[in-house]
Amino acid sequence: MRVNFTVNGPPQEADDVWEGESLLYVLRERMGLPGSKNACEQGECGSCTVRLDGVPVCACLVAAGQVEGRDVVTVEGLADFAKQREEHGGCASAGSGARGASGAPEASGTPGTSLDEARGWAAKGTDSGTGEGDELSPIQQAFIDAGAVQCGFCTPGLLVTADEMLERNPSPSDADIREALSGNLCRCTGYEKILDAVRLAAARQSEAV
Amino acid sequence: MDFLRPAAWEEALAAKAEHPTAVPIAGGTDVMVEINFDHRRPEYLMDLNRIGELSEWAVGEEHVRLGASVPYTRIMEHLRTELPGLALASHTVGSPQIRNRGSVGGNLGAASPAGDAHPALLSAGAEVEVESVRGVRRIPVEDFYTGVKRNALAPDELIKAVLIKKASGPQQFSKVGTRNAMVIAVCAFGIALHPDTRTVKTGIGSAAPTPLRARAAEDFLNAALEEGGFWESGKVITPSVAKQFAALASGACNPIDDVRGTAKYRRHAVGIMARRTLGWTWEQYRATGTTLEGAA
Repeated sequence: MRVNFTVNGPPQEADDVWEGESLLYVLRERMGLPGSKNACEQGECGSCTVRLDGVPVCACLVAAGQVEGRDVVTVEGLADFAKQREEHGGCASAGSGARGASGAPEASGTPGTSLDEARGWAAKGTDSGTGEGDELSPIQQAFIDAGAVQCGFCTPGLLVTADEMLERNPSPSDADIREALSGNLCRCTGYEKILDAVRLAAARQSEAV
Repeated sequence: MDFLRPAAWEEALAAKAEHPTAVPIAGGTDVMVEINFDHRRPEYLMDLNRIGELSEWAVGEEHVRLGASVPYTRIMEHLRTELPGLALASHTVGSPQIRNRGSVGGNLGAASPAGDAHPALLSAGAEVEVESVRGVRRIPVEDFYTGVKRNALAPDELIKAVLIKKASGPQQFSKVGTRNAMVIAVCAFGIALHPDTRTVKTGIGSAAPTPLRARAAEDFLNAALEEGGFWESGKVITPSVAKQFAALASGACNPIDDVRGTAKYRRHAVGIMARRTLGWTWEQYRATGTTLEGAA
């Protein structure tokens, strides 16, 4: 079957989708967006977390056919998503740009992250220089600055989850952070640096206001 | 496999009548796991996300009418006063991501004895509204669970809503697991005080082939509270009464040994949870005489 939905802003179309396929498979294998990670395939680990119409969900548990006509934001589009949110005064409904455009928006003219840009995304620099010269969302920058990334596999899911929490709750308590991230497993860090990163992003966010 | 996308409830009923093997999918938190792991290859998958009324709820005089696919997150956010037990239970489901998608209708459809909503529904008092092209039925939740992962739905029926009695007194939910998030209950216990009818109702999860009420424990406690004039006086429940209540709740279990725990442990833990949750709710009743919102 064919599925139409927006990914990080621009409308996309996936063809020959198997009816039992997950959104995660469509993103990774059909759209070439491997940022959302495939680990447990049962919603236990949170490494495939994406925003579906703004709501954080495990992409492995959403049937591809269920996203027809809906808006998806993946980690590849997080920087643009955060930028748009800032420009629109904290209002960050996914793909609002695509919907606001009149007629059938050209992919190039639609705000957000095009598929090519998203596919070609790679962090520049190494070690402590990682991310330099790249446009990152505040939460991504905070993860780098706080040293919250080790093997990196859980990072995309944590970024999407943490970004959504900070959107909803700009000054979270430690309990709020723990609760919000409770569906994202990390086997490297012991979580402490991840908590530091979210605290850092929250602090920077409140300074910026 | 075919993917059915009914845009309205009537369309969904017609599709289910035409294809009784169609598997409804809303949040996908159970169905997609089975498909991802190749445990299930349904002929038809029927998406219910397009049917707006399934994600709506209405607070009436006596009941909350909860659409089958209202996510647990909404229940926690909006129905804590009316459905404190269910709100507490909802908060223990999976993780935020799972609670954003999973729903009480899904718990009922899957009918796993470990479903977190069941003890809360049983103790609050609820009816499941199911419908087919043949008509509507309201099934008391006690009668809805018919076996391990089996329910009273006919092949052409879909769950439309759950009618849950609004709390008239304190309610509690307790669940045993190895950690707080992402835990399938080893066992669980729900309790609701109903000062309006001077009764206490219970629900046991994951300690028998189906979720069930601890009826002997309820009968004993209701009689003891009535005879001792506890509802009027609001005095502390006699320890021997609480102990007997716990023993009877434990006795209502018919658990198995499995990877999550032993039958013996489950029986023991249900007794402990019964005594504790009775204590918590009764203290709330004594303190306020009314409903307390479920604590986060």
